[in-house]
Amino acid sequence: MARQPDGPPPPPTVQRLRLRYTKRGPLRFASHRDLARALERALRRAQVPMAYSAGFSPHPKISYIGAAPTGAASEAEYVEIGLAERRDPEAVRAALDVSLPPGIDVVECVEAVEGSGSLADRMEATRWRVDLAGIEPEALVAAVEAFLAQEAVLVAKRTKNGTKDVDARAAVVRARVSGEAGCAILHMVVRQLTPTVRPDDVMAALAAVADLRPPTPPRAVREAQGRLDDSGDVADPLGPDRAVRSCCQEGRAQV
Amino acid sequence: MTGESLYPRLEPLLAQVQKPIQYVGGELNAQVKPWDDVAVHWALMYPDAYEVGLPNQGLMILYEVLNERPDALAERTYAVWPDLAALMREHGVGQFTVDAHRAVRDFDLLGVSFATELGYTNLLEALDLAGVPLHSVDRDESHPVVVAGGHAAFNPEPVADFVDCAVLGDGEQVVGDITDVVAAWKQQGRPGGRVELLARLTRVDGVYVPRFYAVTYTGDGAIAEVLRTRDDVPARVGKRTVMDLDEWPYPKQPLVPLAESVHERMSVEIFRGCTRGCRFCQAGMITRPVRERTITGIGSMVEQGLKATGYEEVGLLSLSSADHSEIGQIAKELADRYEGTNTGLSLPSTRVDAFNVTLANELSRNGRRSGLTFAPEGGSERIRRVINKTVSKEDLVRTVTTAYANGWTQVKLYFMCGLPTETDEDVLEIADLAVEVIRAGREASGRKDIRCTVSIGGFVPKPHTPFQWAGQASADTIDSRLKLLREAINSDRRIGRSIGLRYHDGKPGVIEGLLSRGDRRVGRVIERVWRDGGHFDGWSEHFSFDRWTTAAAEELAPFGVDLDWFTTRERTEDEVLPWDHLDSGLDKEWLWEDWQEAISEEEVGDCRWTGCYDCGVCPTMGTEIQIGPTGRSLLPLTVVGR
Repeated sequence: MARQPDGPPPPPTVQRLRLRYTKRGPLRFASHRDLARALERALRRAQVPMAYSAGFSPHPKISYIGAAPTGAASEAEYVEIGLAERRDPEAVRAALDVSLPPGIDVVECVEAVEGSGSLADRMEATRWRVDLAGIEPEALVAAVEAFLAQEAVLVAKRTKNGTKDVDARAAVVRARVSGEAGCAILHMVVRQLTPTVRPDDVMAALAAVADLRPPTPPRAVREAQGRLDDSGDVADPLGPDRAVRSCCQEGRAQV
Repeated sequence: MTGESLYPRLEPLLAQVQKPIQYVGGELNAQVKPWDDVAVHWALMYPDAYEVGLPNQGLMILYEVLNERPDALAERTYAVWPDLAALMREHGVGQFTVDAHRAVRDFDLLGVSFATELGYTNLLEALDLAGVPLHSVDRDESHPVVVAGGHAAFNPEPVADFVDCAVLGDGEQVVGDITDVVAAWKQQGRPGGRVELLARLTRVDGVYVPRFYAVTYTGDGAIAEVLRTRDDVPARVGKRTVMDLDEWPYPKQPLVPLAESVHERMSVEIFRGCTRGCRFCQAGMITRPVRERTITGIGSMVEQGLKATGYEEVGLLSLSSADHSEIGQIAKELADRYEGTNTGLSLPSTRVDAFNVTLANELSRNGRRSGLTFAPEGGSERIRRVINKTVSKEDLVRTVTTAYANGWTQVKLYFMCGLPTETDEDVLEIADLAVEVIRAGREASGRKDIRCTVSIGGFVPKPHTPFQWAGQASADTIDSRLKLLREAINSDRRIGRSIGLRYHDGKPGVIEGLLSRGDRRVGRVIERVWRDGGHFDGWSEHFSFDRWTTAAAEELAPFGVDLDWFTTRERTEDEVLPWDHLDSGLDKEWLWEDWQEAISEEEVGDCRWTGCYDCGVCPTMGTEIQIGPTGRSLLPLTVVGR
């Protein structure tokens, strides 16, 4: 039989806020767990009135959504927090931003609209930019064409239970190349599948189909994530929450 | 060009290693000062992995104290894991600081804090990665002065060839004195080169420069004498002691890492020193006398620290926290202050005392009630008299039972194995104790799911303690006693399944023993082990007993001594010990008497309550006990963090 802690239950959640934050500079080396720890402490320093779970080990109500892999930078990480008292979203954003280390910048905060569905469900795809120092754009173009021409490209992925083959090709919705001499840039939209196909997996696929092997580790940035729109691009996942309020809110943040 | 950032060259390597976040710095409350704005540059190293080193209070304190000086900067560096070390060697990137990623090679001083001797090989690895010659005598003016500190520095002889100086005692003030000396020497155009700088440093109280002392040996391998090679250095070097802790409320801005660390909480040191007189405890012996921080000083450190960090838990740190003269009031008033804020308070180190359960109840009011830890250290009443940690079996069982009755379901008991005069029976009594604790606990709490974890470490005799003369138990002795204990605990499954047993085999303890009581000859063993690939010796997956024993056998043979000579051999009263010229304030005759009393199972009191028994520290060091009660109290905070 479960014991109950003494005292009244914690106050309920009265407001849910959805935040977009970044992982820039050296902070790209932070893991999901590192970010979670940093965020929880920052919420305390910023004195955000968090709602807590009940029980012997109360935890603040925080839902993390689809974290970018360790080593990848991001302009579009999302988290949802539950508050026990209502607060102005912009004030929370500013206070939290100050309390987090430079590089983890809280760039947007909107109130979740009840009934608008879960934020996690809106994360269908990511738009990635991958800089490949030491690779010529022409070489990358050729490799990407070879890759896209395939039906499937299986790459071995390390998982908790050993390695597993995943199809990197199936996840890539579209891909395009830019860049300059000596540094090619890969732009791609990648569907969020299970298991996740990451930029590293696509690089492994490019190595497999076209022997493309960058001399230094590629640098990936998640530029956006959200619902896949009709044009094959990624839509703003906070759009549905914002749409309801945009009539009464001036100067909303840029996406 | 010095002070340049290595980060652009390091970054591509970080993409290829495990847990890269530990190398990027940028912790909350970290500081980066412009290189050219200051005269003196300190690199501070904790010679273990970042996750172990970052929470270290000593390093954090010195980091802040030094950075507060307008003429100095301090940055931190930690041992890098083998995956990154290999890449750094391949790409020519040197040991770096995590703050501004500057090359350790560029700094004026490299301060290394040795909490344990098992960090010695990591010092050599860091020096080599930094491009600093391993041996003090091979360094020139362009190299950092390598300064060892921490408890292990009370016998720095095993690393005497690798460090330029060792600092004894509290670091807060001495780092400032050293900074002054280095600043003046640099400003004068480095007169006399490195040797002159080191000679000047010997004039700072607490600084020992090994190269100015020569050690000779007798035919049987023992030390004949340790003599100064210059007239202007002290014959004995005494430790430093900071008086009035309220004047040193550091760390004011504790570092908060992004990476996971071994202590996910902030700590406030509520007093320093301990006079309980546990004979095995080097920390208690070398940090005398007791100096308490006042209740109001503690209150403001907790308040400032929580504001600065956002931590959910505060550890009230000391060698025996429940002994603070106002601990009851501290616990209650802090708990009152943080009522309803999900802020946990904890006492990391507690004696076996029913009062501690009351304290723990108070402290856990606002946070999580997890486990309670007690440290009886010895299994039998007899052995507890030997080590001077007297508690009767009845009191012990009563205390633990009280904890279970108060809703604590997990109790951890710390013991040592291999204590002087110990027999199998002493260790087997741990099993009786654990069984009784579970029986009584089930009855008192009415619950079947209570647990008791017995955690056992092998005892390592340490310098500057009454046990410095003792023969260390061999690894085989320890292992066989632990085996007997495990069988005894498992003999009754109905009770045994509620008892967890945690222990390590006796081998690492033997090497720690060699390094703890070693002399300069042991330096060769350390260097050999490092050359053969040894490092991270505190980690079982990296520690190789065979590598150490092979190196010890071969490197010590020319001197006619061996591993056993340094470890299992009992010393005689007249033997010159390697650290005799280093003064912790303890009178060697008193230590010997205390050793004899240990053998005859006689206890000694605590000078805070029973009067002075002439251990020698206060008169030698010009210090005194500083304890309350102050009669002050903590007022509620007007604005409390939600």
